[in-house]
Amino acid sequence: MSEHYQLRVNGESRPVNDAWLGESLLYVLRERLGLAGTKNACEQGECGSCSVLIDDVLVCSCLVLAASAMDREISTVESLAPDGDLSDVQRAFVEAGAVQCGFCTPGLIMAVHDLLDQKPSPSDLEVREAISGNLCRCTGYVRIFDAVQRVAAEREE
Amino acid sequence: MSQTLTPPRTQAPRVGTSAPRPDGVPKVRGMFAFSSDLWADGMLWGQTLRSPHTRANIRSIDISAALATPGVAAVLLHDDVPGRKIFGLEHPDQPVLAKDEVRYQGEPVAIVAADHPETARKAADAIVVDYEPLTPVCDAEEAITADLLHPDGNIFRSLTIRRGDQAATGEIVIEGTYEVGMQDQAFMGVESGMAMPCEDEGVELYISTQWLHADQQQIAASLDLPDDKVRLTLAGVGGAFGAREDVSLQIHLCMLALYTRRPVKMVYNREESFYGHVHRHPAKIWLRHHATARGEIVKIEGRLLLDGGAYASTSSAVIANATCFANGPYKTPSCEIEGIVVRTNNLPCGAMRGFGAVQACFAHETQMDKLAAAVGCDPVEIRLRNAIAPGDTIITGQEITGTAPVRELIESLSRHPLPPPRQDGGGRQDGGDRQGRQDGRGRAGRQDRQDEGDSASQHTSMADPGGAGRTADRSRIRRGVGYGVGVKNLMFSEGFDDYSTASCLLEGDVATIKCACAEVGQGFVTLSQQIAREVLGVEEVVLAPIDTQIGSAGSSSASRQSWMSGGAVMRACEEVRAKLLAKVAVEHGFAQDDAEDLLECADGRVRSKDGLLDMSLEEAVGDENIFVELEYRHTPTFPLDENGQGNAHVAFIYAAHRATVDVDLDLGLIRVVEVATTQDVGKVLNPLQAYGQIEGGIAQGVGLAVMEEMLLTDGQVRNASFTDYLIPTALDMPEIAIVELIEQPEPGAPFGAKGIGEPPAVSSLPAVAAAVRDATGLDLPRVPIRPQDIALAAEKL
Repeated sequence: MSEHYQLRVNGESRPVNDAWLGESLLYVLRERLGLAGTKNACEQGECGSCSVLIDDVLVCSCLVLAASAMDREISTVESLAPDGDLSDVQRAFVEAGAVQCGFCTPGLIMAVHDLLDQKPSPSDLEVREAISGNLCRCTGYVRIFDAVQRVAAEREE
Repeated sequence: MSQTLTPPRTQAPRVGTSAPRPDGVPKVRGMFAFSSDLWADGMLWGQTLRSPHTRANIRSIDISAALATPGVAAVLLHDDVPGRKIFGLEHPDQPVLAKDEVRYQGEPVAIVAADHPETARKAADAIVVDYEPLTPVCDAEEAITADLLHPDGNIFRSLTIRRGDQAATGEIVIEGTYEVGMQDQAFMGVESGMAMPCEDEGVELYISTQWLHADQQQIAASLDLPDDKVRLTLAGVGGAFGAREDVSLQIHLCMLALYTRRPVKMVYNREESFYGHVHRHPAKIWLRHHATARGEIVKIEGRLLLDGGAYASTSSAVIANATCFANGPYKTPSCEIEGIVVRTNNLPCGAMRGFGAVQACFAHETQMDKLAAAVGCDPVEIRLRNAIAPGDTIITGQEITGTAPVRELIESLSRHPLPPPRQDGGGRQDGGDRQGRQDGRGRAGRQDRQDEGDSASQHTSMADPGGAGRTADRSRIRRGVGYGVGVKNLMFSEGFDDYSTASCLLEGDVATIKCACAEVGQGFVTLSQQIAREVLGVEEVVLAPIDTQIGSAGSSSASRQSWMSGGAVMRACEEVRAKLLAKVAVEHGFAQDDAEDLLECADGRVRSKDGLLDMSLEEAVGDENIFVELEYRHTPTFPLDENGQGNAHVAFIYAAHRATVDVDLDLGLIRVVEVATTQDVGKVLNPLQAYGQIEGGIAQGVGLAVMEEMLLTDGQVRNASFTDYLIPTALDMPEIAIVELIEQPEPGAPFGAKGIGEPPAVSSLPAVAAAVRDATGLDLPRVPIRPQDIALAAEKL
């Protein structure tokens, strides 16, 4: 419990002090850096609730050792609307009714941003495949599909 | 995609509109504090040690090594429970911590608090428990006659519903035995919370639950504290679906906080969550239908056996529901149906969305399909011939005094076109051809895009059974169509004193609503604001914290909160409005008795209906804030008598589902292509939220039909992870066609609205199973339908 290191999170350098090197990036984000928007639902890479970007690659932060992410750019859901001005994906989730309990929502929003950045006009099956690593138990995904297509349509305009 | 209905995008806030969730923005920003997101200075982490054995005696427990672990602040056992050492929602029979015996794998034995979660885990591992394993009883039938597994006995409840002419018989007799596996609620937000000791020797608990006050009473009893020293606040709840109706870590957290005098946080991991809450009861159901040559039901005999697992939970209410609805939404003049729920050494079972009606529906709908086949009519026609209607009497002797648009649901659903046939030409198109209702309508514009894409063939494969594996031999894919119609009671039954408490404070033009209704994702917070706006004509509605500083709202279960807490909020607002209008009447020379007839609250103003008086709410309220707190009750219900007769239920809700599936005969893989539905709703209060409930409920029904089952061998769980317990992903989810929400206002219900959360999970299950039978010709009397159930029978196909 005595390691000290720095992480680059949402454009800032964040010290991690007195840590155990076995801690996951998910644990360090949530419990040491106060970034609880990244969620813990399975801690074995199955549910996608802990999705973050590391150097612009979407990963499950539960499967990444925090210390191994030193010197890399980590982006969490908190980076999307730092001043409260929602991203287009966040806004679409609210308007489309894609949020119920909301536990899977931050991970899904990270996954959808990643999808639309790479593929601005995904087909419906491509949307399904892209977010099939993000489990949602409330919505049956229908309104989430709608939210994704709303953003895709808006960005086309 | 599944946009059969496009929800209105209006943001108008009143009842009947798709008002936005007040918690939507914080949730999408990651700023909404779920129960696992809490943090406090000096906080400790709690950990539970659980039994690895299905059934064992505990000879001794040695905690010395755990206590000696640096960073450990407490290790507590059964004898450390300050008050009542057992708990339970309806019948307390479960030890807070096991003493001499463990009765299921995962039963809590000890709890630990330490300064780091890993330290707490290591300390729990260092506790040495000397177990003497015993032979478990894991078969429900065997449990009936087995030696007692608990001083309270092995039978939680048995009841018989007997009605009409027991000697009656019919020209057609259909029977079958059906099985339903154990389903997990699999909410995303694992059990978690934080307890903080208070200076008055009490405790504060921030917790995700479905029913704060039921938790409070059980915690207080076990802590030996008065209720008012156990103060609960709802933390953000990551889904519930029944799994949070029972106590899990609540008492443990409070014990650790009071013992250490420090805040304690506990978060189960996913594996522990599978052991940490009750599940849907596995069921074995035998039914025998006697019918006329036309297929009209004359009599139903039945026996339902539910496995309640090691402790009582809500088993006694679940079996009552399963038995009361064993005949489905159909006229049944005579019956003799026995329901039994027993104790075994399997995981405890209790509430899950549909609560007994799900298991019953799978059985009675399969019977209806067999009856249709015997009569020689189609599945729609057999259901129409037997559909129950208002004024009819159900098998418990209760007359349906409310709405029951069963016929309308079935007719509307059957008129809806089937989804387009498979594009590849491979396989039969049984569903469409056989039903004669295939209209071959083109897909929506967005669907077409994928077919034009350069990777169209790959995408089409993704839509096949087996999906990304692309292993299906496409010539061996068969399509099938099946129907399911279901019924569920609303609210608590059998004489339970069911109520909700709410208050409304009107300060100027701002209303503050307080209610302890647990917001678990269903959107009561939205509804609460809509109701206040509707009744008072205010714009701004503040929602006070959801906690035990007000009376109970009852549980967020049984499709009851729109009616019960919705009713409490409505009444509180109505009384505030009456007081305000009486005051305005006096001040402006109207007859006080006629205030509600002469004056109205709307659009932030108080107006006389003749237009002579028109003032702002702020002006009308002035400096005298108006406050009303009240309890709301539904009409009383009554216990069932020795023949299972009585007005035990408040109201009923119905839904119909039609599933279309593609089945790979060789691999036994199933793609649920579409689920179409019609639902009896009374009145839609928020369309967007209603669609959300229906789509999400169907996902859970589809899950139980084709993939979800807790696998236990001798009581040992084999798949306690999301790697092995599969729930539908975005790729598994069928298209959803919400064909019609039938609005017939329910008498006595606030705004005429029925609860809507459960029916989508009830009859979607048998619809999918029936569709797979249609595709394969197999009997498939068990759900979930496993690949081997189809593939190993494939030579016959």
